[in-house]
Amino acid sequence: MPLNSTGENLRIVVTVKYVPDATGDRHFADDLTIDRDDVDGLLSELDEYAVEQALQIAEDADDAEVTALTVGPEDAKEALRKALSMGADKAIHVEDADLHGTDAIGTSLVLARAITKAGYDLVICGMASTDGSMGVVPALLAERLGVPQVTLLSEVSVEAGKVRGRRDGDVASEQLQASLPAVVSVTDQSGEARYPSFKGITAAKKKPVESWDLSDLDIEAEEVGLEGAYTTMDSATDSPARAVGTIVKDEGEGGRELASFLAERRFI
Amino acid sequence: MAEVLVHVDHVDGSVRKPTLELLTLARRLGEPVAVALGAGAADTAAVLIEHGAAKVLTHDAPEYAEYLVVPKVDALQAAYEAVCPAAVLVPSCAEGKEIAARLALRIGAGIITDAIDVEIGEEGPVASQSVFAASFTTKTRVSKGTPVITVKPNSAAIEAAPAAGVVEALSVSFSEKATGTKITGRTARESTGRPELAEAAIVVSGGRGVGSAENFAIIEALADSLGAAVGASRAAVDVGWYPHTNQVGQTGKSVSPQLYIANGISGAIQHRAGMQTSRTIVAVNKDPEAPIFDLVDYGVVGDLFDVVPQLTEEINARKD
Ligand SMILES: Cc1cc2nc3c(=O)[nH]c(=O)nc-3n(C[C@H](O)[C@H](O)[C@H](O)COP(=O)(O)OP(=O)(O)OC[C@H]3O[C@@H](n4cnc5c(N)ncnc54)[C@H](O)[C@@H]3O)c2cc1C
Ligand SMILES: Cc1cc2nc3c(=O)[nH]c(=O)nc-3n(C[C@H](O)[C@H](O)[C@H](O)COP(=O)(O)OP(=O)(O)OC[C@H]3O[C@@H](n4cnc5c(N)ncnc54)[C@H](O)[C@@H]3O)c2cc1C
Repeated sequence: MPLNSTGENLRIVVTVKYVPDATGDRHFADDLTIDRDDVDGLLSELDEYAVEQALQIAEDADDAEVTALTVGPEDAKEALRKALSMGADKAIHVEDADLHGTDAIGTSLVLARAITKAGYDLVICGMASTDGSMGVVPALLAERLGVPQVTLLSEVSVEAGKVRGRRDGDVASEQLQASLPAVVSVTDQSGEARYPSFKGITAAKKKPVESWDLSDLDIEAEEVGLEGAYTTMDSATDSPARAVGTIVKDEGEGGRELASFLAERRFI
Repeated sequence: MAEVLVHVDHVDGSVRKPTLELLTLARRLGEPVAVALGAGAADTAAVLIEHGAAKVLTHDAPEYAEYLVVPKVDALQAAYEAVCPAAVLVPSCAEGKEIAARLALRIGAGIITDAIDVEIGEEGPVASQSVFAASFTTKTRVSKGTPVITVKPNSAAIEAAPAAGVVEALSVSFSEKATGTKITGRTARESTGRPELAEAAIVVSGGRGVGSAENFAIIEALADSLGAAVGASRAAVDVGWYPHTNQVGQTGKSVSPQLYIANGISGAIQHRAGMQTSRTIVAVNKDPEAPIFDLVDYGVVGDLFDVVPQLTEEINARKD
């Protein structure tokens, strides 16, 4: 059964961000953008969940195509390669020197234009990046594209032109439903992401990766980058290392000693 | 005086703590105007005025409960247009960030999320953020449009400041987009009677070292002796020992309590991302090399099954 509203093949765009490894020593460059030179980059782990759900939805559809999309520097191709080796069909890389320092509003502009140009029935994002970790890009994309936002899903399915999912909030767990086209974001509760197989890694090398720059998307340099940003970072200071604390070995009185510490600090 | 819009997070009229913190911060920037939406909106007025709201704008309609996020964006935009504020402050919960982002886009403004402090600067509000798992503190401004800033829970001490607040009905007309995502079902979370995790002054957490779902009773008993919320690491959540809503960390809740006690938690970067801004950090872990000990004010190298019950017993004894 065809899954999108028009009965044609289901076009899924999955957004993947290339980020500095969180286990590395992340810091800022002189212009207060992320210093990407000193830390290894990778596909944001939370976007692996988005790729996984895109692939599962595509596998359930008769005819579907998954396109991985990233906005980032040259190295960001690595994020696309990972998505392709997991099973995405093709990839789009938006790269332009003028993108350096783009903020969330600008990133959403570039992504929205690229998604529109690519054509889509469903956009799937991660819940948040692991660097900026704002968790706002999916909502911004829905606003820009003028389609429903079905975000922070721990469970997602697509059938007969509709996307359904479960959103676990603070106060309640909600069942959501919207018609395609739509923007979805998925959490790390949505299902473990697959590892690329050897076959997948080999196949990925043959899959098409398109490169677009700002002119392909009709975006002026002033609309993005540090110049176009709606936010300005004035300073970034290394948080002072926490003072070395007291570490004691439990010799049978560890709990009572800890109670004394808590009493000293007036917690009891 | 410039007015500052504050989006009110409430459950059926009961205002959640982070909103009261926002009112305290908003007073540094101008005169707070609170916007309360949905069932019970009008019931929020008294406590908001008690905490400094010069004006409370309320609106209720079925759309708020039946459709996701966008009806609230429409309403906040209506309030923005009615008030022309100097800044918009929204609590940094998942929904709050989404509302704030869409509003910022509509009003042609920048957005800053997860601020831990907001001050008035020469060129408008300056937000502090704690980034890269709390290893850097940044100061950021919105340089275009009216600043839209979301603020993390526990970023300010709540101060009562009774205002001569007036309550007004906000007039809202919903956009076509408002009904795009239907909420077809809702299961309310059962209350445990313990404080809300993100808002709690003390959080007691358990990790893989706790060993089983049943053993979490030890963690809960310690939490109850301190009037604390219970947290868990993702390892404990993934194996089903504790609900995901209690997960602390990058993909769980971000907490910033006065006291955080980590039991049987190694201190992976993604866990630290959610608790490293806690004022006092204590850990119990049997491995002296566990990275969590790099953060602690006080650490006990020992078996949590010995240390935690003894601690709980001692706290209860001292209280009597
Ligand atoms: C420490 C730090 C603080 C920052 N603070 C701010 C701030 O206050 N205001 C601001 O406007 N900007 C800020 N930025 C910049 C912002 O992070 C980037 O513009 C970013 O691309 C969008 O936000 P995010 O990474 O937080 O994405 P999120 O909103 O957390 O990302 C959600 C999802 O969107 C998709 N996505 C996001 N970016 C891309 C991309 N480039 N390519 C493909 N998919 C993508 C992914 O699927 C991702 O999982 C900050 C950046 C850093 C590193
Ligand atoms: C994208 C992503 C997002 C993530 N998000 C989160 C998140 O939000 N929150 C989170 O917590 N993790 C998150 N993680 C997982 C994280 O990387 C770690 O795997 C996790 O935090 C480990 O949990 P733990 O410390 O309980 O377990 P472990 O690392 O296994 O540590 C268990 C500790 O218990 C100690 N111990 C064992 N028995 C005892 C005993 N009897 N007494 C005392 N100590 C004992 C051990 O010495 C050990 O240090 C994320 C990972 C990824 C990739």
